[in-house]
Amino acid sequence: MNDIWSGLQAAFWLLITLDRDLIEITLRSLQVSLSALVIASAIALPLGTWLAIRRFRFRRAAIAALNALMGLPPVVVGLIVYLLLSRSGPFGVLGLLFTPTAMIIAQVIIITPLIASITHQAMRELWAEYHDLLISLNTSNWQRIKTLIFDGRRALLTASLAGFGRAIGEVGAIMIVGGNIDNATRVLTTAIALETGKGDFALALGLGFVLIALALVVNFAIHVLSRTERDGRW
Amino acid sequence: MVDVMRATLHDAVVTRRGKAILGPVSYQLPSEGCTIVIGPNGAGKTTLLKTLHGVERLSQGRVDWGIPDEIARQQQAYVFQSPIMLRRSVRQNLIFPLSLSGVSKAEAAERVTYWAGKIGLAKMLDRPAPRLSGGEKQKLALARALIRDPAVLFLDEPCANLDGRSTREIESLLLDVQKSGTRVIMTTHDLGQAKRLATDMLFLLNGRINDHGPADAFFAAPASPEARAFLNGDIVE
Ligand SMILES: Nc1ncnc2c1ncn2[C@@H]1O[C@H](COP(=O)(O)OP(=O)(O)O)[C@@H](O)[C@H]1O
Ligand SMILES: [Mg+2]
Repeated sequence: MNDIWSGLQAAFWLLITLDRDLIEITLRSLQVSLSALVIASAIALPLGTWLAIRRFRFRRAAIAALNALMGLPPVVVGLIVYLLLSRSGPFGVLGLLFTPTAMIIAQVIIITPLIASITHQAMRELWAEYHDLLISLNTSNWQRIKTLIFDGRRALLTASLAGFGRAIGEVGAIMIVGGNIDNATRVLTTAIALETGKGDFALALGLGFVLIALALVVNFAIHVLSRTERDGRW
Repeated sequence: MVDVMRATLHDAVVTRRGKAILGPVSYQLPSEGCTIVIGPNGAGKTTLLKTLHGVERLSQGRVDWGIPDEIARQQQAYVFQSPIMLRRSVRQNLIFPLSLSGVSKAEAAERVTYWAGKIGLAKMLDRPAPRLSGGEKQKLALARALIRDPAVLFLDEPCANLDGRSTREIESLLLDVQKSGTRVIMTTHDLGQAKRLATDMLFLLNGRINDHGPADAFFAAPASPEARAFLNGDIVE
């Protein structure tokens, strides 16, 4: 109990004095997860929308595959990315293993299916609502997608935030492909795992507070967004 | 222009779940005036309107407006039985069809003001459309249909949720629209309304045209016994 109490005190001290390590690790976490978020959103938002409005032969199979990918254990994703990027792997020459880029790749693979799936759900609902009107008004495919993305923007933001929440809290995959190297690939989650193992609860708890704060902000934003979405229906 | 507004159905059939819900129907609609489609629930009124508009998938036959379908639909507007509101403000709902066809912002603003005033929504322009009452939604859907000055206007039970006063307003608006040369094709459950607005009538039963003719003649002496029973308020199946 004493350990934890003194750990808490030290953690507050680190936060208040804006400890250099703590700031650095936090910023790297944000950099990796935000990069992954931007890339994943650029793929998943149009993909999810497209799956919602286009009828094609393998549509059901594609959606099933998407949902299956969403359930991939992050550790396994880490392992696969590791094998692909390792020296003897197909992309070994790029020398990406144990860099933030490798971590971004792993996170993109983890959160793209999640964002695409949430997008697909929301867009399918909106498309069902708008379908007759947009067909009647003789809209082009591009006009339809633009209208859906614009009117569904809250749902899309919610999808992206959910992806970010998953990325920032993820530890298994980035531990494997990033290696948790000090000053290079150490991020919030991997640092917490390490410091806890070492018994340095001060830094671990300080980082934990930051992580909790980020997760709370994200979840609160999702809550607010989905409530306005339901209430307003617009 | 006259050709644009004349629709002919050639053996049109719409099938859902292996059952023909409309047709086969072969019929040439008059080229002007207001056609009113009546019939019991599930007779296929909505399906017929959608078929004429070209948004229903036919399993047989065709609809011919004398010009390519895309161009025909560009000059038509359709008000759905349950109004579809974009999740935007009333103003943005009215602007939407105009922006699709590249009308300038200034002109769009002018038309929005005009139609919002005409339909009694001027004070609600900045309210979110999905939060309007049922009747207000129906009026908005009608204004949004008229704002592009369609040559043909389809209305699927446009007054279903409206009170007496609003219904009168809409009816006088529809008479104006018709006078300005717009072809109106609509369904209604209100036989009084049909008498007030129609120039010709279609009576649908079980997906087929059971009776039809100029409004005066139809109401004075319907040819088919089913139509006569329906006008008398009897239950027709
Ligand atoms: N997508 C569908 N699947 C199966 N049946 C349908 C579908 N759409 C309409 N129907 C049926 O077709 C018939 C005609 O429908 P509709 O044209 O909406 O009738 P009305 O507008 O005259 O009430 C009804 O019996 C309805 O249940
Ligand atoms: Mg109907």
